[in-house]
Amino acid sequence: MEEALRIAVLIKQVPATENVKIDPETGVMIREGLEAEVNPLDLYALEEAVRIKEKFPHTRATAVTMGPPAADKAARYAIAMGCDEGVLVTDRAFAGSDTLATATVLSHALYRLGAFDLILTGERATDGETGQVGPAVGSLLGVPVLTFVSRLEILPNGRILAERAVEGGHERLSAPIPSLAVVVKEINVPRLCTLGGKLKGKKAEIRTLSFADLGLPRERVGLAGSPTKVVKVCYPQVTRKGRKVSAAEDFDGALEALETFLANVGAGGNPALPGAEEGEA
Amino acid sequence: MKAGGRGEVWTLAEIREGRLHPVSYELLAWGRGVADALGVPLASVVPGDNPPDAASLFAHGADKVYLAEDPGLKHFLVDAYAGVLADMTEEYEPQVFIASATTQGRSVMSVLYARLGCGLTADCTDLSVRDGLLLQTRPAIGGNVMADIMTPERRPQMCTVRPKSKRPLTPDPSRKGELVRYTPKKSSLASALTFLGFDPELRVGLPIQDAEVIVAGGKGMKEAKNFALLEELARLLGGSVGASRAAVDLGWAPHSSQVGLSGKSVTPRLYIAWGISGAVQHLAGMGGAETVVAVNIDPNAPIFGVSDFGVVGSALEVLPRLIDDLKKNKRHIPAGRLAGR
Repeated sequence: MEEALRIAVLIKQVPATENVKIDPETGVMIREGLEAEVNPLDLYALEEAVRIKEKFPHTRATAVTMGPPAADKAARYAIAMGCDEGVLVTDRAFAGSDTLATATVLSHALYRLGAFDLILTGERATDGETGQVGPAVGSLLGVPVLTFVSRLEILPNGRILAERAVEGGHERLSAPIPSLAVVVKEINVPRLCTLGGKLKGKKAEIRTLSFADLGLPRERVGLAGSPTKVVKVCYPQVTRKGRKVSAAEDFDGALEALETFLANVGAGGNPALPGAEEGEA
Repeated sequence: MKAGGRGEVWTLAEIREGRLHPVSYELLAWGRGVADALGVPLASVVPGDNPPDAASLFAHGADKVYLAEDPGLKHFLVDAYAGVLADMTEEYEPQVFIASATTQGRSVMSVLYARLGCGLTADCTDLSVRDGLLLQTRPAIGGNVMADIMTPERRPQMCTVRPKSKRPLTPDPSRKGELVRYTPKKSSLASALTFLGFDPELRVGLPIQDAEVIVAGGKGMKEAKNFALLEELARLLGGSVGASRAAVDLGWAPHSSQVGLSGKSVTPRLYIAWGISGAVQHLAGMGGAETVVAVNIDPNAPIFGVSDFGVVGSALEVLPRLIDDLKKNKRHIPAGRLAGR
């Protein structure tokens, strides 16, 4: 690839869940004091963009995030990892957007930012966990969508070779430029930011796009632009009150109790159960 | 599409390697309840190259089967699938469209809903009908929040449901239905993607998303080679091997086996956690298991809080003994009780 490649990486800022604790009394997640971070699954998309940049030095990687004004930190983190620039799409009009309204805003933002050869994003965000914004952006832009991508290569002929991690194995596909690829964890190991990178991110000018910049009708964004409505939210108790035995105190007794329990749920050792032989080929 | 009409309830059948995948039948169990509550027919939509006999879909609850047949649908190419399904949705105007949250279902529904401008609710764990609308319940933030979601205006109301979260209906071979052969438009079949091949993975048992029994290991397994013990137990129980993020990051198990927020969500009948402490992210991935057994050296490990049965002890001491006993002790052979439920 001699010509410059333009890559957009769609990222989201989420509450840091790495050290989430659950209140044992109520079963509710304790959210106080939780920091915001870049969605951990988006780091693989950022890393992939930076790797492509290293391979094709003319590449320009733009991180795009939608969120409140403080989400500029996500764009700065992307620059710290090696992206060239960051764009924050932010406006009060976007509040309450579901995945379709979010994808509508992001696809218009990408359109405004110009033609991209490749759009990368993570599998899903660890807060909403829908995984349907990325493919919807591709769908709205009319570019081919590759999901669950575990390997990606840009070939000299300008096509994209992709592997998709699906149930039971990997599919190999080729796709044109431009395409949108949703990547999974398997694809790479995201790098840590260097001190120099962090400084660069901190100093960088983050471009912002607002509702007025996108030329979208009001009824396509925010609550009005969201076909789905959340009608109720509750915090389920996820705890089970199971029996516990100690192998330290009575190894043989504990083992026997375990075997009896397994036999009672139908797992006493029966190689004829489905799945025992399948898939070993 | 706007609300109104008496549209059908649709489910998306899934073909893998030329055969109907069991999620196709699970979806009919989901759809049957919704269609009956709405008083409309239930249909199964089957896109494929050489779709199988529809009789089994009727037996499992479908009133109608739409066969969309074309060589262009031989492989799962998301743009062709979404194109054909968009045409069919516009032509027949279903009011509900349910797919399974498999890699195929998630991918095609995410492209399709945006094209149609509809609402899509991912990974539902419950569906019901309220005031003539689909009430969709789904977990978020690692299962710590449950949200009820409705799509009041746009049609179809689209959702994906967790695989294996409902048993198929008992098949009734005498059930008959209406078969509709749909001829996909050439323009919609055109795909920008080229399928090059499929490389199956070498592994014991089914993919963990499909497994009835999962034997999972974490840091308490101490070394990569000890995962061979988990494979042995999985073989004995007819299950598959899962792993915590820590074990995958240490290179002891492949990414495809990772259970948790950054891995797979699994819904087996039985989940046995060996040396897994149970970080919130891990619990998010296995909370849908019917029965959970944990073996961990730390009596305060959070995994015990979600377990039906726990053994406080070293995984590496208990596991070999359990395997030995299972191998020689033939008194427990409950002949497919797990699989039969």
